[in-house]
Parts: sequence; structure tokens; C-alpha cells
Amino acid sequence: MRRYLVLRALQALGVVAFITTLSFMVVHLAPGDPIGSSLQGPNVTEAIRQHWRAEYGLDRPVSEQYVRWVRLVAHGDLGFSFSQRRPVRDVFADAIPRTLLLSGMALLLSFAFGIAVGVLQAEQPNGSRDRWLGRVLLLLYSVPDFWLALMVLLLFSLRLRLFPPGGLHDAVLYDYMTPPQQLLDSLKHLVLPVLTLTVLSSAVVARHQRGELVSVLSSDWMRTALAKGLSWRAAVRRHAFRNALLPTITIFFANIAVFASGSIFVEKVFSWPGMGYVTVTAVAARDYPLVTAGVLFMSVIVVTGALVADLVMAAADPRIRLR
Amino acid sequence: MTPPLLEIETLHTSFSTEAGIARAVDGVSFQLHAGETLGVVGESGCGKSVTALSILRLVRPPGRIEAGSAIRFEGTNLLALAERDMQHVRGNRIAMVFQEPMTALNPVFTVGDQIAEVARIHAGASRRSAAAKAVEMLALVGIPDPAQRATEYPHQLSGGMRQRVVIAMALVMNPALIIADEPTTALDVTIQAQILELLADLTRRLGTSVLLITHDLGVVAENCSRVIVMYAGEVVEESTTVELFAHAHHPYTEGLLGAMPRVGRGAERLATIPGTVPAPTAWPVGCRFRERCAFAWDRCAKDHPPLYQLGSGHQSRCHLAEEPNRRAHPHTPLAAASGVASA
Amino acid sequence: MPAIGVRHRLLRDRRVWIGLGVLAFMAVAALTAPLIAPYKPDAQLDIVQLAGQAPSSAHWLGTDPFGRDVLSRMLFGSRVSLTIALAAVAMAMTFGTLVGVIAGYFGGPVDSVLMRLVDAAFSIPPLLYIIVVAALWGDVGIVALTLLIASVAWFGVSRLVRAKALTVRDADFVMAARALGMSSWRIVTRHVLPNVVGPAIVTSTLAIGNVILLEAGLSYLGIGVRPPQASWGSIIQDGAERMSDQWWLTLFPGLAILVTAFACNALGDALRDALDPRQLQPLRDDDTPLITA
Repeated sequence: MRRYLVLRALQALGVVAFITTLSFMVVHLAPGDPIGSSLQGPNVTEAIRQHWRAEYGLDRPVSEQYVRWVRLVAHGDLGFSFSQRRPVRDVFADAIPRTLLLSGMALLLSFAFGIAVGVLQAEQPNGSRDRWLGRVLLLLYSVPDFWLALMVLLLFSLRLRLFPPGGLHDAVLYDYMTPPQQLLDSLKHLVLPVLTLTVLSSAVVARHQRGELVSVLSSDWMRTALAKGLSWRAAVRRHAFRNALLPTITIFFANIAVFASGSIFVEKVFSWPGMGYVTVTAVAARDYPLVTAGVLFMSVIVVTGALVADLVMAAADPRIRLR
Repeated sequence: MTPPLLEIETLHTSFSTEAGIARAVDGVSFQLHAGETLGVVGESGCGKSVTALSILRLVRPPGRIEAGSAIRFEGTNLLALAERDMQHVRGNRIAMVFQEPMTALNPVFTVGDQIAEVARIHAGASRRSAAAKAVEMLALVGIPDPAQRATEYPHQLSGGMRQRVVIAMALVMNPALIIADEPTTALDVTIQAQILELLADLTRRLGTSVLLITHDLGVVAENCSRVIVMYAGEVVEESTTVELFAHAHHPYTEGLLGAMPRVGRGAERLATIPGTVPAPTAWPVGCRFRERCAFAWDRCAKDHPPLYQLGSGHQSRCHLAEEPNRRAHPHTPLAAASGVASA
Repeated sequence: MPAIGVRHRLLRDRRVWIGLGVLAFMAVAALTAPLIAPYKPDAQLDIVQLAGQAPSSAHWLGTDPFGRDVLSRMLFGSRVSLTIALAAVAMAMTFGTLVGVIAGYFGGPVDSVLMRLVDAAFSIPPLLYIIVVAALWGDVGIVALTLLIASVAWFGVSRLVRAKALTVRDADFVMAARALGMSSWRIVTRHVLPNVVGPAIVTSTLAIGNVILLEAGLSYLGIGVRPPQASWGSIIQDGAERMSDQWWLTLFPGLAILVTAFACNALGDALRDALDPRQLQPLRDDDTPLITA
């Protein structure tokens, strides 16, 4: 078990290194630079631009910049964001908790819903309930993330005016509210993004859960459970459910990139200033340090997701745990 | 005479497949008496396992038990029971021991939990008393250090141990009948004998009837008082074990006996039965064994043989019962002659 | 025998007919766009009178703020969206199959290296990767966008094809061919490729759906298709700002994307079930076909 852990962690580290190197190269070899695009105006001479390039080390060879960047990252220094005019670390310190709040709530809810739907379907595979739910899931699976977010925004905010259209909280009134009002306001702003992300990813969870359940329904131990006198439903819920849950979690976290891209769109549409929103905005501003650090963050999340999935699987399956 | 514990009448179980309707069990009838161990023998695909599952009504779609079948257990037709009442029979009055102890146990629950579950379902036992019962059962089936073993997972036990666990699980409620479907096929030869001995010993002590399904006539010889031979979804011969080994009547039974290794026959090649079982989607008209039979004649292609009474308790589904002289003139079976790969 | 079974299952499956029907409809609409579109896609008809009109008999799906007919723009946009999707998937399928066959058939270190590469590639969020590359490398046109999408779509294919190629490699007929001295190239083209085509087609069909969604998302973010040319995603982008009063600009193109992706996914699911029927009805051996789901 320990050997497995170490090997798996090393492999994950390797992947992160590979991806960040790649993203650093892509970002830095791209034509155009942040000084050129942000420092403009009649009074800005090329000499001034050169001065700032030298100041940020942008005139050095890419390889040298890379070594410097790796050394800084190792010390926890992610650089300085040109567009936000503050350290990347500060930008992240604001954005990461927001993303964790939104994505965490959506993840919890989508596992609860998705698994329930998967179990409902698998109780009678290919029965009418299974088929109808399957069609609905396939539809949700095929819906463009950003469009669903837009439609939710259109319906519940712009038309029905039930919830605010986006942002963390009310831009104007928030500062004048009492703490309970502030909490309520923040919750109201969370509802639509969480709802959208939940709908999108519970479809994914349900598809996995249903598939895993159906594939374990034909196991011999399922037949043993029935021969003991358990009802079909009880056998599905007590026995099969547990066997199917782990693969479902694993598959989901192994594919956390799908969830991440959904959350990028949801943050963008609902102007939720989390990591996805910040990174997309930074790309538009050619804010190298912020983009590179954003990609680093995302790939760490994705790789950690896969790693955690493997470890959970290993820890929960007695056949692996007790090896 | 007391009524039989289990009485099966014209059981038909079929599966709808893409190739058509597969009549896996096609009109099987037999009886099993209290305290008796009845053997059911046949090749894989003969319908013996499906018969076992039909008794517990564990056949799931696309398989189904056809109307007109009856399975009377302790005087009740199981096929007429509501599913809830049937659940009360399973694991409680009739328990099952499956072929593969490797896969018959759920890998993510401890063996103790899986045994205790039976007591919890049927006796409404508390968590604590069910756990105690599980340890008691493990001790009963001869597992050393049962309290420790109860907390272990199936993969931590050997195949033989696991089969003991499955037997323990079957015996929790002291059922009237145990259906053992090839209980030793997946085990090493030395373990096989131990497990069969354990099963025989425990059921004798508890007075449990056993329906022992196997493809191995040796197992039948040692454990069963009576035996049923199945072929192509039908019973082809039924008799006491002694009578069967002394005077097998059906050519298929003879073939099975000929295929059995015996002490003293050593290196001599085992006789095998040429050809294969026909497809259950299209049973041939007439005798289903005809193509593999050394005695078949034109009548076998036309008339489907009934079960002929040969003497008290001995029946055979072969026209030779009416024309015994033909036994003197064997020929090459059709399946062997046409070059079909021999089984 | 299995081939007949597959065809039989496919013909009986309603998802196949729905999927093919929708895709055929979309394909015809895209091909005949110049003939059937009621207006020119980028003609600003009457900027004063006809800007931001709700759907009417003259403009079935309304007009945009520039007075352009939304239906016409969608018809022409479908050519862009579908072309990108098909071209990207075709490239991904070819490359993915190639890598998968090489890894699966030759095995050993080649396999390890290629599969670790695929593992690493799987860890990159495709959307983020394309956003970064496309935005930073400046004006990414349709061709570059197609290449970018193809570059993130091939690993799924290669992983599946590899798994299949591995099983084929050890099959008796391949052993026999090798024993007869058949060259690796001939074995691959004669035996391995025909056997991996099934899984490759299934993943590719499912990939078309995903790629359509990805392309739409990127266009929505303003990457790839440049105005005045339109794809479904970019029409939504144009309309997103005016969503509160001109909902038709976002609703209809989104529905077109949804329906097309749904058709691909339904078709892909049906193909997968047909090629691997055990998923539907897990049957054990003849003797014990019990718990069939």
C-alpha cells in the first residue's frame, strides 16, 4: 500500500511538472507581450516599454525566465499580476475560496442527486423509468454548459426576477446591510450558479452510477443476496449500491476536468469572480503571470482529483487496502 | 406415505434471446422427500442450474417460468406466492449454496456481516445478536478462530474457507431444503471431499434435505440416495443411485458413466460422448439425444420418447425400454460420423 | 453471426433513427444553406426598421441588433460549426487510432511511453488549454481552431483503440498470421485495424457531440470564428448582451447545438450498446443465465 502511494504521488508530480512546463512555454512563446498590449498611448516610447520589460525580466531568454519562475513558484511566489496590479497570490487568495464555495456546494448536491437518480434507474434496468430518466440525462449531457447558464439567468433572473443576475453580492447595497441581510444576499447570489453547475454535473454522476450499478447487478454475489431473501430493491440499495459507488466517484474525479470547464463557464456567465472567471479574464488581458499560475492551479486540481480518486478507491476497497 | 417436501411438476423455464426462445427447462417433474439428498446430474447447458434457480424464483428477465408449471414446497405452490412471501422462503426455508465461492460473496462486506444479514432479515435479530450468530455459524462449519474470521473480507479467505462461509450462510435459519449448485466444482480436489463431507454431516445432523446439482457422478455416488439425469432441458432418467450405477438404462447415462474416471482403469482412455447438446432455441423433434446415440433408429427421429417406467422408481426417456433387442446392435452415432467435434 | 446481430440491434433501436434523422436534417440544411436561407446571413437588412425584431412570419427566428436575419445566420453558422466538428473528429480519430494501434500492437516501452503521454494529456482541462493557446497566439482562425480541438480529442480514441488492439494482438488468428511470417504491417492492416474500427467509431460519434459543445463554448468566448462570419456559438455570444430584451438571439442557436449534440450522443450510445450488448443484458453461460438486467 505504501509503495503504491509513493509511486502514485510521484507520477502525479511528474504530470504537474509536465503540464506547467508546457503551459509556461505556450504562454511565453506566444506572439505579443503584456507590456506591448497594456502600455500604450502617445507618451509611451519604446524606451519606456523596454524599461518595464527589463523590470519584469521579460527581455531575458525564455529558458532563463522559466528557471526563475520555477524557483519563485517553489518559494510560493506566483509573480505579479499586470492587469490587477497586485501579487498573483493575493488574486488567488480571493478567488480560490469563492471557487471552492461554488464548486464544493455543486459537487455535494450533484453527488446526492446523481446517485439517487442512478439508483432509481438501475432498480429496473431498461424499464420505463430507466429509459425516461436516461433520455433526460442524455439531454442534460448534450446541453452546452454556457447556454444552460444563460438560459437559467434569462428565466430566473431577467424574466422572473427571483434571483440577482450575478456577482458575489449586491454591488451597491451590500455595504449598507446588516450581517444577516448580507448573508441572505450572498446566498441569493449563490443559488443560480450552484443550481446550474449541479444540474450539469449530476447528469454526469447519474450516468456513471447507473452504468456501474447495472454492471454489478449481474454479479454472483447479487444472486447470493437475493437467495438470502433480500428483496430486489433492498439488494440493489444495500449490496450493489456500495459496490457501484466507488467506481462512480473514481470515474468522476478522474474526469474532474469536465467539471472544471463547466465551472469556468458558470463563473463567467454569472460573473462569479472565482478562478475560472479570473483566468479567462487574465487571458484576454495577456496577463502572463496570472494565466500561467491559473493553468498551474487548474492542472494541480485535475491531477489531485485523479490522485484522490485512486487513493479513495484504494482505501475503500478491502482488496486493495489490505494488500 | 407422507407428501414430498418438494414436488416439481412440468416446469418450463425459457429465455427470450436474439436467436429465439431458449427452452432451458422443458417440462421437468420430480419429487424430493424430507431428509433425502437428491442428485441432479447433467452436462452444462442441460438446464439443471436453471431448474435450481426456478425453485427459488430467481430467474430474471429475459428468462421466465411458463404458466402451467408448479413447484410445491411443503404443500404450497411457490409459483403462486406473492414476491414478499417468496422472500420469506428464500434463505429461510430454502437456502442455496452456489458454485463459485470466489464470486458468490460480496467483496466489500465482511463475511460476518454477510452471514449476519440472513439472521437480520428472517429472524429480525439485532445487530449484536446477528453478529454473534455469524460467529456461531462459522464455528459450526469448522472455521478456526471464527470471531476473527468474521471480521475479514472474502478475499482474505481461501476458496475452501469461502465455501464454508457460503454453507454457514445457508444454514443460519436451519432451512428445510438446501439447494447446492455444483458446490465443489471450483475447488481443489482435496478440498472438494472436505466440503462435501461437511455438507453431508451437517445436513444429516440437522435433518435438512439437499438437492445436489453436479456434473460429477462420483459426487452423486458418495452423497445421494436418488439421482435424476437431465439432458437438453428434460429429465432423461431417474432412479436410486445404486440402481443407476448397476443398471443405467438411457444411452446418455451410460455415456456419462463411461466418461467417469474409475480407480483401476488407469491410463485407459475415457469414453466420451460424441457431438454436442443441441441449441435450446430449437430442440429437435423426437429424441434430443438421437444424433449422439449409438442405438438411435428411425423411430427416435419421429417420436419424442416419454419417461418409461422400468421398475419401482426407475424411469428412462428412451424407446429402448420398448425395444430392448436393439441394444445388441450399436452403430456409429450420427454426430461422430458427420465429423462433428466430439465433446 | 455477430455482424447480423449488430445490424439487427441497430435497426431496431429508435435512438439510431432519431440520431440519424436529426443529423441528416442538419446536414441537408447546412449543405443547402445558400438555397434555402431566406436572407443573406450578413446582410444588414434595415438597420432602423429591422434591428432586434422578435420572431415573426417574415423573420421566423427574429433579427439581431444589426438587423440581420437570425435563421439565415444560423443556417450559414451550421456549416461552420459542423465542418469544424467533423474535420476535428476525423483528424482525432485517425491520429488516435494510429497511436492506439501502435501502442496496443507493439506494446512494451512504446506502449508505456505513449500511454503515459495520454494520461498526462487527460489531465489538461481541454477548454482551458485551448483558451490559453488561442487567446495568446492571437487571431486563431477556423483552421487553427479545428487543429486545436483535434489535438485535445484524440486521446479518448487512442485509449480505447489500444485496449482493443491489445486483445486482438493475443488472439489466435494473429498468432497464426505471425507464425506464418506475415509482416507486422500486414497484420496490422489486415487483422488489427478491422477489429478496432468498432470502438473507434463509437468514441468518435460520441466525440462529435462533445466537440460541437466545445466549439460552441469557445466561440461563445470569442475564440475561433470572427465576425461577420458566424457559428452557432458566436451567434449566442452576439446575443448574450441583449438577452434581457432579445432572448431569441440566444435561445435558438443554443437549441440547435443541443439537438445536434443530443443526436450524436444518442447515436453513439446506441452504437455502443449494439457493439457491446452485454451492457444491456449481462448473460452468463447457458447454464446460469440468471440475473439478467
